[in-house]
Amino acid sequence: MWNYLLKRVALALVILFGVSALIYLLSMLMPADYIDNQTAAAVQMGAMTLEDVQRLKELYGLADKSLPGIAKSYLSWLTSALSGDLGYSFLYGRPVSDVLSQYIWISFMIAFISYLLEIAIGIPMGIKASVNQYSAYDYTVSVFAMMGTALPSFFLSALLMNVFAIRLGILPLQGLTTATKVFPPNAHFQILLDKAWHLVLPITVLTLLGVGGLMKFTRTNMLEVLNSDYIRTARAKGLSENVVTYKHAFRNTLIPLVTSLSGMLPGLFGGAMITETVFAIPGIGYMALRATQQGDIPFIMGYNMFLAILTVLGMLISDIMYMVVDPRVKLS
Amino acid sequence: MGLLDKWKNIKETEVEPGIDHTMYLTLKEERRISRENSRIIKQFEREKNRKNVPEEEYLTQMRDPNNVVEFDNLHTYFFTDVGTVKSVNGVTFDIPQGKVVGVVGESGCGKSVTSLSLMQLVQAPQGQIVAGSIRYQSRDGKCYEITKMPKDRMLKVRGKEIAMIFQEPMTSLNPVFKIGEQMDEVVLLHEEGATPKAARERSLEMLNLVGIADPQKVYNNYPHELSGGMRQRVMIAMALSCTPRLIIADEPTTALDVTIQAQILELLRDVKNKINGSIMLITHDLGVIAEMADYVVVMYAGRIIEKGTVREIFHNPKHPYTIGLMRSKPSGKTKDNRLYSIKGQVPNPINMPNHCYFYNRCDRAIGICAEEYPEMIQFTDTHSAACHLCRNGGFMDTNSTKEQR
Ligand SMILES: Nc1ncnc2c1ncn2[C@@H]1O[C@H](COP(=O)(O)OP(=O)(O)OP(=O)(O)O)[C@@H](O)[C@H]1O
Ligand code: SF4
Ligand SMILES: [Mg+2]
Repeated sequence: MWNYLLKRVALALVILFGVSALIYLLSMLMPADYIDNQTAAAVQMGAMTLEDVQRLKELYGLADKSLPGIAKSYLSWLTSALSGDLGYSFLYGRPVSDVLSQYIWISFMIAFISYLLEIAIGIPMGIKASVNQYSAYDYTVSVFAMMGTALPSFFLSALLMNVFAIRLGILPLQGLTTATKVFPPNAHFQILLDKAWHLVLPITVLTLLGVGGLMKFTRTNMLEVLNSDYIRTARAKGLSENVVTYKHAFRNTLIPLVTSLSGMLPGLFGGAMITETVFAIPGIGYMALRATQQGDIPFIMGYNMFLAILTVLGMLISDIMYMVVDPRVKLS
Repeated sequence: MGLLDKWKNIKETEVEPGIDHTMYLTLKEERRISRENSRIIKQFEREKNRKNVPEEEYLTQMRDPNNVVEFDNLHTYFFTDVGTVKSVNGVTFDIPQGKVVGVVGESGCGKSVTSLSLMQLVQAPQGQIVAGSIRYQSRDGKCYEITKMPKDRMLKVRGKEIAMIFQEPMTSLNPVFKIGEQMDEVVLLHEEGATPKAARERSLEMLNLVGIADPQKVYNNYPHELSGGMRQRVMIAMALSCTPRLIIADEPTTALDVTIQAQILELLRDVKNKINGSIMLITHDLGVIAEMADYVVVMYAGRIIEKGTVREIFHNPKHPYTIGLMRSKPSGKTKDNRLYSIKGQVPNPINMPNHCYFYNRCDRAIGICAEEYPEMIQFTDTHSAACHLCRNGGFMDTNSTKEQR
């Protein structure tokens, strides 16, 4: 098993390498780069000449868009990245790693709370739906789950904003703090409360988007387990339906659940690009979207590598958790 | 044979009379079936889920006090999306105290569903006992009507008074719990005042009883660490741990190889004597029946077509299907004792014909066979069969086979 994990890590490194090259190439080939974006207005007004622009591009390392040129700049990015230096963000004017470490926490907060809510809501509902298969409860829950999964996040966000922030006015519309309020510097608790208040809607959106999938997943796995021979054995022993469901069946359903849920953990740091943007929450997803729109190559690279590493980590954690929860997988 | 005859022959075998192999449902029909099903199912489920049912409602009298279980005209149906599957369609037989009753029949004839009905374990909600009764004489001397027994009361019968051993030892144990935990559970559940320590001792004792050399080790194993034979021993040990009155063994040896099979059967017979219980032994294997059973019940397409003592069934079979089975039984010491396949197919369980179900495969059918379902005809106190040929107490001389009709 450790061998297997080692192989997975080696494979992951190769994949990371490939991903980085591909993203670099694609971002370099974007039609308008960072300098074009920044100078377009000035050039149009005649305040800058094309030569100025070209000089700037050279300064930022964006001048040579031929393949060998890209390869060269990629290699220089790679060597510094390998030594831990992700470079300076064009847009934010700070080291990419600084920006990342500053903004992931708010994203993680939002994602982690909705993750917990999803678990607390989705799993019990999934179990109940599977136990009462084809009942009214099952159908209702399934329909809502499907709606939640199928709705685009911006639409759901807009809907909730419209209802709760604009019509009813009981929740803030956007942002992380109330701009019009001034807090005394030591009112930490009030500030925290104000922030939490702003996070209610984004967290609701993320929870609604995710809970359906988890519920379906639980339901499907429970149904499969409930139809297996050992459940019939458990019933034949005279165990009550509750013990059969929550001990014998759920303990087995826990295997795929724990495996996939633990694999999702690292991804919680990745940010929710669309939701954060709609709610103007300064999280990592929001920052990344802005950087991407502006062609901020160091940030795009840094962020995407960060995401890729999170994904790989998730896979590894999944594998390890699988060994932990399933006694059939041997740790040798 | 001319070409035309050949073609006719092919047609004959393809389109068997009275049998509807293909069923095409229109959307409308499907919806109607589905609506109808949920109505029926709801009705049955409501009845079963009642709480605080007074005991008098499910107390009954045995026909014969020597029996542990009496199936009486049992009907168990599955209400599926394509129609009603009449898996058990009027089954009547007894399981006497201390005896082994073998149930044989082709795959899909309803053997398992019969036994699951007795345990109230038919897959709900689509599977329901729709008619008939199952009387059970409990250890406390009372007789219960299983079909009317409320669910919570049934929990005290399952595993304690009636235990079950399944066909697939590989999948019948929960993969995530240790053997010990799964065994202790039964004792803790059913023995009043049992402590974990006492349960553990009982489990080890049972593992020892079923001939496991190192009970301590097996107790701490997970199921996947044991071989198929060992797991089946564990299943038997688990079934025995509350000294049940009746053990239902649903093809307990089918999944095992031949030498292990013999050991497991030996073991079953052994423990039956030790606990003085009865066994309902479901199998495909006539060799197993010959060795183990006192009585035999032969099922075909959800009904019993012949039953009797082992001697009667083996030496004096009456029903053409049973005769076919006996003839196909390998003589000598061939390893594979499974039923050979008699030519043709079992009728579609959704659209059963209203005549003898065996008609399309029977080589002795007579005119009336295509008209009505034969009644059970009694030959001795124990022996009876359902075949029109038996009406005069035995066979007519069968010159009039189907071809010559
Ligand atoms: N859950 C179910 N839903 C629908 N039909 C079912 C269900 N379980 C069993 N049946 C049907 O009931 C019939 C009898 O099944 P049963 O399992 O009793 O056969 P069996 O005699 O035990 O066969 P085998 O020797 O293969 O175990 C079959 O036609 C099967 O299709
Ligand atoms: S009743 Fe007729 S068709 Fe059925 S088994 Fe007897 S002889 Fe054959
Ligand atoms: Mg079966």
